Amino acid sequence: MADLHLPSTLPPLFPDLPRRLDVDATSVREAIDRLDERWPGLRDRLCEPGPVLRPHINVYVDRERAGLETPLEPRSRVDVLAAISGG
Amino acid sequence: MPQIVLLVGTRKGCFVLESDADRKDWNVRGPFCDGWPVYNAVHDPASGALYAAAASEWHGAGVWHSNDLGETWTLSSEGLTHSDPTLRLSKITGLTAAHGRVLAGTEAAGIFESTNGAATWSLLSTLDGQPGRDDWNDPAKQPPGHLGLAAILPHPDEPARFWAVIQGYGIFETIDDGASWAPRNRGLRADWPLEDPEVGYCVHKLVMSPVDRNRLYQQNHVGMHRSDDAGRSWTEITEGLPTEFGFAAAAHPHDRESFYVIPLDPGHGRCMPGGRASVWRTSDAGSTWRRLDRGLPERDAHLGVLREGMAVDSLDVPGLYFGTSTGQVFASNDEGESWSEIAGYLPAISSVDVAVLG
Repeated sequence: MADLHLPSTLPPLFPDLPRRLDVDATSVREAIDRLDERWPGLRDRLCEPGPVLRPHINVYVDRERAGLETPLEPRSRVDVLAAISGG
Repeated sequence: MPQIVLLVGTRKGCFVLESDADRKDWNVRGPFCDGWPVYNAVHDPASGALYAAAASEWHGAGVWHSNDLGETWTLSSEGLTHSDPTLRLSKITGLTAAHGRVLAGTEAAGIFESTNGAATWSLLSTLDGQPGRDDWNDPAKQPPGHLGLAAILPHPDEPARFWAVIQGYGIFETIDDGASWAPRNRGLRADWPLEDPEVGYCVHKLVMSPVDRNRLYQQNHVGMHRSDDAGRSWTEITEGLPTEFGFAAAAHPHDRESFYVIPLDPGHGRCMPGGRASVWRTSDAGSTWRRLDRGLPERDAHLGVLREGMAVDSLDVPGLYFGTSTGQVFASNDEGESWSEIAGYLPAISSVDVAVLG
């Protein structure tokens, strides 16, 4: 199970979505798919059509910058960050 | 006694202001929509629902809706995706509710419809084949701000008939629910060279008189115009106003000859001229204009009002409202003759809509 950490901007949009959860997935894309199954619409908040990650959404796997196809190990830590922007 | 509800869209969420028919004392609720930047928020008189077009820099564009006057809100963007992979939906601009559905204009330019209260959406039209269509989604040819399909004006009696405004190109009308379109820009002035005189006009705000379906008014980049034939031809009515530029406009609810605008300096500032806050009214379809400023700040008021930033209610003596890009809301309960500030410290305001309930 990957250890997934989400930005604070997401839980207000989806009932009962925690900031941190365990996800059974072999890639970042699959982890987002698992989230979207349980919280429909969540993929659209992180990805644009393609799908590709939205421009200001950054994903790190075990502290390395990652993309949708980055593989996950059973104990990977995944950080999804809303990049610093706006004012 | 009716309740008056103002729906105010801002850079930091949506706010609801409430008053009674006197429209003197106002209560402010918000921010809603989790503080997302709201471009345009509207009330659907038929269902009572509120809709807010929003775009987060992180999480993309969507439409929030509330069925309890703002107490709870839900966001959805399901279906708000262009089928053409070359078109990217960056924001939702023109939002309107009519005839049991919600229509959303977007950038890149398109119209999406929802028939289930903004829960899901489907693409209705991208105005393919219209003059300018090959250019207006080209980022290199986009105007600053690139709003795309900036506004939709529904016909009150004919569900399949409506007008769409493409920023920098002009007005297009459909009478068959988007299956076919025609440009409606004849008579408009452009201060720049046009390859095709049918298009190339920067229409900022298009409104219809509630008492005459053929009477349209528009504020555009270089002037005010009136149409007496539902947009088939336009006559300029700018003379008498302090500037030809402005964004917001509103039609009087009971008098087809009366119409309100807020002229702005046309340069980079785009504030009310001379730092003197004013709304201007014509009562003779644009032959003459009169400044309305009693109760508005007379000096050092460098206020801007955007294209969705003014609204008029439907009471016998209509109330007028506008919100500024510096977060003030001003209200008049006597057709614009006198004004008071009813909110002073909201975030930058993008839109104001008003509902009369009960």
